[in-house]
Amino acid sequence: MSTPAKTRIVGTSVPRKEGVDKLRGTARYVDDIQRQGMWHGATVRSTVPRALIRSIGFDRRVDWSEFSVVSAADISGENQIQMIVADQPCLADGRVNHCEEAILLVAHPDRHKVREAVNAVHVEYELLPPVFTIEESEKQQTVIWGADNCFKRFLLEKGDVDSVWAKAAHIIEGEYRTGAQEHLYIENNGVIAEYSEEDGVTVWGSLQCPYYVHKSLLAVFNLPQEKVRVIQTETGGAFGGKEDYPSVIASHAALLAMKCGHPVKMIYDRIEDLAATTKRHPSRVRHRTALDASGKLLAMEIQIDTDGGAYSTLSSTVLSRATLHSPGPYVCPNVRIRSQAWATNTVPYGAFRGFGAPQTVFAVERHMDEIAAALKLEPIELRRRNFIHQGETTATEQLMREPVILDKLLDRALAESAYHAKCSRFAAENPANAIKRGIGIAAFYHGAGFTGSGERYLNSLAGVDVTSDNKVRVLVSSTEFGQGTNTVLTQIAAESLGVDYEDVIMAPPDTGIIPNSGPTVASRTAMVIGRLVERASLQLIETLRDEAGLPQNSTREEFFAACDRRRARSGDVVSLSRYEAPPGIYWDDQKYRGEAYPAYAWAVHVAQVAVDTITCSAEVEEFWSVQEAGRVIHPVLAAGQIEGGIAQGIGYALYEKVVLQNGRMANSQMTNYIMPTAEDVPPIHVFWEELPFEHGGFGAKGIGELPHDGPAPAILNAIKDAIGVSFNEIPLLPENLFAKLHTVHSIEEPARV
Amino acid sequence: MSGSSSLIRLNVNGESHSLSVPPMKRLLDVLREDLHLTGSKEGCGEGECGSCSVRMNGDLVNSCLVPVLQADGASIETVEGLERHGVLHPLQQAFLQCGGAQCGICTPGMLMAAKHLLAHNVHPTIAEIREGLAGNLCRCTGFMRIFESVLSAAASNETTHAR
Repeated sequence: MSTPAKTRIVGTSVPRKEGVDKLRGTARYVDDIQRQGMWHGATVRSTVPRALIRSIGFDRRVDWSEFSVVSAADISGENQIQMIVADQPCLADGRVNHCEEAILLVAHPDRHKVREAVNAVHVEYELLPPVFTIEESEKQQTVIWGADNCFKRFLLEKGDVDSVWAKAAHIIEGEYRTGAQEHLYIENNGVIAEYSEEDGVTVWGSLQCPYYVHKSLLAVFNLPQEKVRVIQTETGGAFGGKEDYPSVIASHAALLAMKCGHPVKMIYDRIEDLAATTKRHPSRVRHRTALDASGKLLAMEIQIDTDGGAYSTLSSTVLSRATLHSPGPYVCPNVRIRSQAWATNTVPYGAFRGFGAPQTVFAVERHMDEIAAALKLEPIELRRRNFIHQGETTATEQLMREPVILDKLLDRALAESAYHAKCSRFAAENPANAIKRGIGIAAFYHGAGFTGSGERYLNSLAGVDVTSDNKVRVLVSSTEFGQGTNTVLTQIAAESLGVDYEDVIMAPPDTGIIPNSGPTVASRTAMVIGRLVERASLQLIETLRDEAGLPQNSTREEFFAACDRRRARSGDVVSLSRYEAPPGIYWDDQKYRGEAYPAYAWAVHVAQVAVDTITCSAEVEEFWSVQEAGRVIHPVLAAGQIEGGIAQGIGYALYEKVVLQNGRMANSQMTNYIMPTAEDVPPIHVFWEELPFEHGGFGAKGIGELPHDGPAPAILNAIKDAIGVSFNEIPLLPENLFAKLHTVHSIEEPARV
Repeated sequence: MSGSSSLIRLNVNGESHSLSVPPMKRLLDVLREDLHLTGSKEGCGEGECGSCSVRMNGDLVNSCLVPVLQADGASIETVEGLERHGVLHPLQQAFLQCGGAQCGICTPGMLMAAKHLLAHNVHPTIAEIREGLAGNLCRCTGFMRIFESVLSAAASNETTHAR
């Protein structure tokens, strides 16, 4: 176990790289940008969940000669959005499979007129029977996708589950459900596109993954690589919601730009963004668990079913991560996990911070408390008896080579939250009070980086160059959308090169300039790309020593002088590094066995809640988070990630409900889709244990998604502690509390043993 | 926006403007489109998120809900007016140091709401800060570092005396 090396810049809270621009209001988000002669685009969308399109009529009161209209027939390349499976049309061609599916695109110089025109297009449908739920889809009575409605299945087996049931002292079963969740980035999806014969397609947009959009545009326009250019503009929040969707809106705007011959801006308003873009997959998870008399896990059988919506988008990889996070941070000799992602006639579900893990972590961590209650064990004691340790293997038989310090995280979480004192105090106070308090925990991991062989397939390339005016530029396609990419990667480069933080800038996030370092997802940026930037920087130092007379232990001035000498000789000063898997990694994609993730971040969450048994409202009063995520590169940004993720997790548990009526979102406004406000988020206390990870940038592991995994189970466990009633479905709204409390008749005493 | 235009007078960040604009055009759009002050953002268009918050005659308003006619003759403060002579306002400085801005899209509105709060309450408690910022949604930070930023700015003398 190593301690962090001494550093000048890494580990300090330097000012956010683009912070001053954001605080001045001068940072340029896509809607802040105007292009000469720009038109505005809008989308004609399906109002029905599943149908054949019979006809499309244009209201004669509109002078359509002023407008450009694009349909599927205008697509010169493939009418497909390029995701894992090409099943999603860029524009509907004869049929629609979900409400809000794009049918036509309209552009006009006046953005108000274009909205009016959308309402003047009348689509006639021949309705087909829709499927709206996992239960309807798995019955396969109505087949809406492929042969059986199933986007993807996984089977993961360790040991022999079936040999265990007969001899187990305890068998505990449970079913857990999670709802959809909207990202609710404050900046809606938006892009500007231009087209010319000479330059091809250029898109500026609010997005996470420039090269994903690039790939989609290449296919839709059937253009060579160099004729498509994607530039990320300042991006006002993403959380996964701008991982896959920008490929859709960028294709749409570019099609309009090609048709009308003008730059076209498409900016969704809030209603359209909420109604038409991706959300977190709803899930149903069933656990059947065998334990011995002492409370040691003998077997875990887990069945995971997710709702993927109408097209497959990222459902298979979300399901993969859901599967790999479903057994929790425990060691169990026999595990069988079956998982399936189902098609429904709703807007496709997509990437969202946690990417399947929040769903299955909710299930397993709620289930652990149910087991503890059944075995009359303290929830923390049951977890301690089963935590995984260094040298043990996960459900995929991945050997934990690095230290795993769950006990230490738990001890610290209990101490910081005064857990035991609170348990006693609440048990004493609750019987006499209508407001009942409780405390609950969740323990979990989040795998950082792409799953299994994913990082090898990505084959990321990243680096640095040095300009003639002595600026080091970080060359990556990893983008900034609030999480701190710019700051962390420039810290790493500055540290490695021996220059100041102010000497390093990010190269423009423009596919015409930057190499493909893969998508900005999966908590991979600091760990994987940070490492590549570190390596490229160290290679540059080596080169400058060998070929440009850079002395050992050089100063900043000597570094830039050596760069000048190198430039005079070679023309440029650039160093790139390509991903190499850490040694000894193996992964079997068929059997789902081996090293599922290059590294895991670990955490324990503690939630303190107050449940008002008269109003049936539950409120989180205080929250503690203790985590080990490798080296912390920037303490302020890292804590900000944890706090922000926890706030979203609180919303997921208690506030945020996507209401679908006939497959259409009924609450597509901020007025009725409720996220936690400044008055709702409790004090959040963040604590770190730092164990540098050998293969991460300066020892970093991923942290971005980790904090979203724990709040929901910790909160519902705390509610169980407060009122003695189990809730196994989120979001848990006051009406859900009311329904259960008032059928139970009397509220049980807290079930503490 | 179609329809006839009216002559509207605005004083924005100390600068006077006379504009011929449709009277029902949203103040937000006049700021962004006619005056090219794009710091104020549209997040929801219905007064829920507060990203378009500006001060109008000393009141905190959602500029997406104000027809510019209603602002005729008014004095408007936006995020662009916070910085003076190249020096960040203490609130901007505090947000930078404390990590109060992540993606930055709510930040201009949040800064105006925070300025409004401190104008009425020089040393707010956390509970008062929570209440004062309850109309401004931030999806990134979980608000902790925003509260800390406001407390930090309140603690600096410049906020209370210099402006």
